[in-house]
Amino acid sequence: MNTALPTVKRTAVYVYEAPLRAWHWTNALSLTVLAVTGYLIGSPLPTLSGEASDHYLMGYIRFAHFAAAYIFAVGFLFRLYWAMVGNRWSRQLFALPFWRRRFWSELWHEVRWYAFLEQEPRKYIGHNPLAHLFMVVIITVGGIVMMFTGFALYSEQSGLGSWQDRWFGWVIPFVGQSQDVRMWHHWGMWIITIFVMLHVYTAIREDILSRQSLISTMISGWRMFKDDRP
Amino acid sequence: MPTTETFYEVMRRQGITRRSFLKFCSLTTAALGLSPAAAAQVVEAMQTKPRIPVLWLHGLECTCCSESFIRSAHPLVKDVVLSMISLDYDDTIMAASGHQAEAIIHEIREKYRGNYILAVEGNPPLNQDGMSCIIGGRPFLEQLKEAAADCKAVIAWGSCASWGCVQAAHPNPTHAVPIHQVIHDKPIIKVPGCPPIAEVMTAVITYLLTFERIPELDRQGRPKMFYGQRIHDKCYRRPHFDAGQFVERWDDEGARRGYCLYKMGCKGPTTYNACSTVRWNNGVSFPIQSGHGCIGCSEDGFWDKGSFYDHVTDTRVFGIEANADRVGLVAAGTVGAAVAAHATVSAYKRISKPATFGDSEPGESKQQTGDRS
Ligand code: HEM
Ligand code: HEM
Ligand code: SF4
Ligand code: SF4
Repeated sequence: MNTALPTVKRTAVYVYEAPLRAWHWTNALSLTVLAVTGYLIGSPLPTLSGEASDHYLMGYIRFAHFAAAYIFAVGFLFRLYWAMVGNRWSRQLFALPFWRRRFWSELWHEVRWYAFLEQEPRKYIGHNPLAHLFMVVIITVGGIVMMFTGFALYSEQSGLGSWQDRWFGWVIPFVGQSQDVRMWHHWGMWIITIFVMLHVYTAIREDILSRQSLISTMISGWRMFKDDRP
Repeated sequence: MPTTETFYEVMRRQGITRRSFLKFCSLTTAALGLSPAAAAQVVEAMQTKPRIPVLWLHGLECTCCSESFIRSAHPLVKDVVLSMISLDYDDTIMAASGHQAEAIIHEIREKYRGNYILAVEGNPPLNQDGMSCIIGGRPFLEQLKEAAADCKAVIAWGSCASWGCVQAAHPNPTHAVPIHQVIHDKPIIKVPGCPPIAEVMTAVITYLLTFERIPELDRQGRPKMFYGQRIHDKCYRRPHFDAGQFVERWDDEGARRGYCLYKMGCKGPTTYNACSTVRWNNGVSFPIQSGHGCIGCSEDGFWDKGSFYDHVTDTRVFGIEANADRVGLVAAGTVGAAVAAHATVSAYKRISKPATFGDSEPGESKQQTGDRS
């Protein structure tokens, strides 16, 4: 929808600073690798023929999972640090203003917009409340759950006394037993997968239909508004 | 009957030669993973320390732990250890019975207050005032609590005493509970398995008796030397796992070639036990070696963790059973279809509606820019 009329004013705000953007894309990549390799750990590829010493397929898949897991975990810690030193929008991922009425009314408005019940979405410099809710619940809370269960599973192979065991070993009896931890970790993969499907769809849709830029914002950092109305 | 003889004296009285005794000591040292030099310590301990009595109680159980125990690989180990403990109380294998037998428990409690080991096989049921397990005319729970009151430490034999096992499986009609849920003031050593491996049992008990201290335990109270690693960590089929070579169906080519049983639901990756190193029946074999996956018999609640033949097992929450992959695939499919439909409607709406963007038309937006951070 490019009317290209000279009267259309586009205001812009610098929202996502470079480290946050770099984190977003690194994180997106690591989560994609984690979900795919995780699925293949649960349901391995068809058997390879030949000698065992000819192949190391599961080994490589698991290695990719663990490498991506460390990138995800270190990235998460970095993102936490950036929330402390970054701008106000960098804090959104770790703070949900659920005590504010306004948050809920805007959330409802956003739901109605997606249900085609509103003519127009509202403008947001940061995340819209629906996206905000999903990001906090699934990426922050969900990510923490995946890291705790993931490192607990990792402690089983690194062994008693390893740092993974000392820090996360308690998760196993806390959840039940090893198989339970695996299955919750596995459920988490599906929840994150569904989040990503919705997230990518809404990012593209809103980029086209809403009154502001989205995808380019996560690339350049600037939020462009397509109109000057409030 | 309780004596202050040393272990060595007891063994000699039982007809065990000095040579056999020394062999036993070195075998035990090796089984415990101690240095060869420690064998001398074991010998010394056995010769000088008074024998510690062991009471062996039986609650709700199938007696598979006792069956396993008396089949300890090395006949020597079996004879020695049995001679060390059978003198006291074990209602399955002792000679005494009735009141005479119950009297032994009292006697040991009096004479060795705070100084005997209580070994428990099985567990107590709590429903119906414990009526589902009556020993000597009283609920097992009473006998257990009394015997535990003055003991030095408790050994929880098998998955029953450690976790609850089959009688505690859903829906657990008798409300059978593991030992640690009814005894809180004594150290408890869990030796899970259904049954535990004989050599593991004898080694644990020998360690306790000779060193008079509890072996190093993990977070959940299991001796680290036998339960510190998973079956999967020491499985001889592990190279096939790493290579990505699996049995896909029973009796397929992979099964004949001895590939990894992961896809057949092997629970080796989630089971802590010593089967893949110590093995069973005098070290002859263990389930995976015979071509069947591990069923996770030494893990908490293994009966209720879904099929023995799936890797991705059903999850039971709030009485609902669901499989992560089945639910996940359906959910992802549904969301995918919903996204496609939503995108179509969005596109249609946009085409059929004149432009509302730009400054030209205020529309119905009276709201402020939402910036809530
Ligand atoms: C956050 C995104 C993540 C996703 C979507 C994910 C997904 C999965 C899935 C689906 C499995 C297979 C479970 C099964 O059925 O056995 C798995 C296994 C595993 N994951 Fe993750 N995971 C994530 C993060 C992590 C993290 C942060 C760690 C930490 C190191 C981790 C460590 C592991 C380990 C150790 C296993 C077991 C591998 C094996 O024993 O072969 N995961 N993961
Ligand atoms: C695995 C894939 C992805 C994950 C886990 C993910 C996660 C996230 C998270 C957590 C945020 C919040 C950023 C923050 O506050 O720090 C975010 C924002 C955003 N993501 Fe993604 N993302 C993924 C893929 C994508 C893709 C493929 C696109 C582009 C099509 C995209 C576009 C955006 C945009 C536009 C925002 C900003 C939203 C806003 O301005 O409100 N993401 N994403
Ligand atoms: S057979 Fe079982 S324990 Fe052995 S490598 Fe395969 S999954 Fe692991
Ligand atoms: S292999 Fe697994 S199921 Fe079999 S006895 Fe050992 S722990 Fe139990």
